[in-house]
Amino acid sequence: MSNTDKPFLSVRDLKVHFPTDDGLVKSVNGLSFDLERGKTLGIVGESGSGKSVTSLSIMGLHRTGTKRGAPRISGEIWLDGEDLVAASADRVRKLRGRKMAMIFQDPLTAMHPYYTVGAQIVEGYRAHHPGASKKEARKRAVEMLDRVGIPQPDKRVDNYPHEFSGGMRQRAMIAMALVNDPDLLIADEPTTALDVTVQAQILDLIRDLQKEFGSAVVIITHDLGVVAELADDILVMYGGKPVERGPAATIFESPEHPYTWGLLGSMPRLDRELQDRLIPVKGTPPSLINVPSGCAFHPRCPYAELTGGRSVSEVPALAEAAPRHHAACHLPIAERHRIFTEEIAPRL
Amino acid sequence: MLVYLVRRLVNVVFMLLVVAAVTFGIFFMVPKLTGTDPAMLYVGKIADKAAVEGIRHKMGLDKSIIEQFWLFLRGVFAGRDYNAGVDMTHCAAPCLGYSFKTEQAVWPLLLNRVGVDISLAVGASVLWLVFGTATGVISALRRGTTLDRVTMTVALAGVSLPMYFTGLVALAVFVNQLGWFPNSYTDFADDPVSWFQGLVLPWVTLAFLFAATYARLSRATLLDVLGEDYIRTARAKGLKEPVVIGKHAMRSTLTPILTIFGMDLGGLLGGAVLTEKTFNLRGLGYEAVTSIQSSDLPVIMGVTLFAAFFIVMANLVVDLLYAVVDPRVRLT
Ligand SMILES: Nc1ncnc2c1ncn2[C@@H]1O[C@H](COP(=O)(O)OP(=O)(O)O)[C@@H](O)[C@H]1O
Ligand code: SF4
Ligand SMILES: [Mg+2]
Repeated sequence: MSNTDKPFLSVRDLKVHFPTDDGLVKSVNGLSFDLERGKTLGIVGESGSGKSVTSLSIMGLHRTGTKRGAPRISGEIWLDGEDLVAASADRVRKLRGRKMAMIFQDPLTAMHPYYTVGAQIVEGYRAHHPGASKKEARKRAVEMLDRVGIPQPDKRVDNYPHEFSGGMRQRAMIAMALVNDPDLLIADEPTTALDVTVQAQILDLIRDLQKEFGSAVVIITHDLGVVAELADDILVMYGGKPVERGPAATIFESPEHPYTWGLLGSMPRLDRELQDRLIPVKGTPPSLINVPSGCAFHPRCPYAELTGGRSVSEVPALAEAAPRHHAACHLPIAERHRIFTEEIAPRL
Repeated sequence: MLVYLVRRLVNVVFMLLVVAAVTFGIFFMVPKLTGTDPAMLYVGKIADKAAVEGIRHKMGLDKSIIEQFWLFLRGVFAGRDYNAGVDMTHCAAPCLGYSFKTEQAVWPLLLNRVGVDISLAVGASVLWLVFGTATGVISALRRGTTLDRVTMTVALAGVSLPMYFTGLVALAVFVNQLGWFPNSYTDFADDPVSWFQGLVLPWVTLAFLFAATYARLSRATLLDVLGEDYIRTARAKGLKEPVVIGKHAMRSTLTPILTIFGMDLGGLLGGAVLTEKTFNLRGLGYEAVTSIQSSDLPVIMGVTLFAAFFIVMANLVVDLLYAVVDPRVRLT
């Protein structure tokens, strides 16, 4: 289907800057990654690291303008051989909901309270299937609700969002997103607003559906645990930039970046006592207006002194640490491996 | 639902009873405090003592307040006989008594007056709802532009300028200078064309006042709604912008406006004092002013009950409508 030799989704040096009264907010500042069909990419980072802004940029949802104003976007977002940054607004709208779809963090606020769940799915279907009758679209909606595991879908289709439980609502959101069989699904914190038990069910559902539909999936989360079993690749973001990128297994077994170590340490784990766990990343996320010099992580990094001042003065580039595994840190690779095996791994 | 409705209607009746009792209390107290004698008001100052006593007895003014209130209420529901031997007057239900001043029966008088307010309120409300909301919506969609700033300045003026100012200016220009409209009111039944001509200026002036508020409200609400997650979802589905705004955003914007609209309309139906005064219309507002000036207590009582009725009913209708437009609202 692809008409070029580019990967299915390819983001190149994406920059999303919001002009505000306080200054230019550099929410995303030089992000690149690739994703193939049928694969899952996990984008991980603390709140405020630019994950949502990234996903909204791919969907072209910044163009229509938000209450806080429209950003300046540069770089390239190639989706199946088409650059979405350069494409017209109407072209991107036509791709939205059909070629790429998105599910959001809070399914309660993400659905219109005044329309039934069914009506909202039907609307999404008919927007891209103008020939479909109301009856066909409704049948499709019931089918999708059934597919995402909603019991009695032919009855639930006429319920309003507030009549669903949180987990059921997120299932319905997924049904809505998948109704046009999109090639790319972006899930922005899909389980953050849900109970722990429901979280696992939703993640299982996403995995099953991905196998069935063969779409590319981007899962965005602040919790590495969420993507542990789901993602093929993981991208760690800090302050609007990628700091580590690689296959999921590698990221968990031999993470290269001190920030990733911190994220691993703050993963909730049931088999450990809280006391002897690694202390999660201290300090607060960086300002995106006055980004710290050099490595943006240096004010919080326990190893910044080990780089002879480079952490403060020089921006580290994303460099290969192993095949397909990149990290942006001035520490020599051998030193990173020593610190991880001697100091970090025993406490994980 | 039915239980709710019955409960609300009982509530309406109760509210009206309370209003009636309070007004009646004041009605009873005022002559005591000011030293005026209601019976004297009926017969005029030069009447002899016997005539005053006769009226006092006939109107039941010699009975206790509780008994008078009871008679008044019974009159409303069952009609009432004013009886002084041979001199007997029957006041059919709903009986609100007789004006002290003109001795006209209050109910038919007010029924006649309310036609003016219905004409005024309905015409003006359609105008302000359509133009006010449309202005607010366009302003919101063009926010920050010159158009937005100009409209919002005009709207601010509309909110702050009093009716007697805009109204008098309109009268001076369109009636006195240009002579486009008559400065009088004609009943719809008598002559629909004159009815319309006589109401154009009051409609427009009153609508301008309200439209300003509606423009500001709908602008602010739409801007809020546009920031909602479900609007982002609608866009994420690939819906066209006119559908996102016209359907998803407007549905949420109109809901609060509907509430205020119902209340405003209810309030106006009970009399628009300043507008009536400015444009020389004789509606409930006019009747309220003249009856208060002349201590015509039966009329005051009637006007108060009419106004209270419209407001309480508007409240009920708004609540019912809300349950229709917002599926999350349950009538319990
Ligand atoms: N419309 C906007 N205007 C200004 N700043 C914004 C806007 N949208 C997001 N930001 C800022 O961009 C940064 C990244 O936000 P976001 O991508 O939502 O983070 P997260 O990784 O938690 O999803 C935040 O600091 C946020 O305040
Ligand atoms: S570059 Fe320096 S500050 Fe940044 S992560 Fe590496 S050691 Fe820490
Ligand atoms: Mg986010």
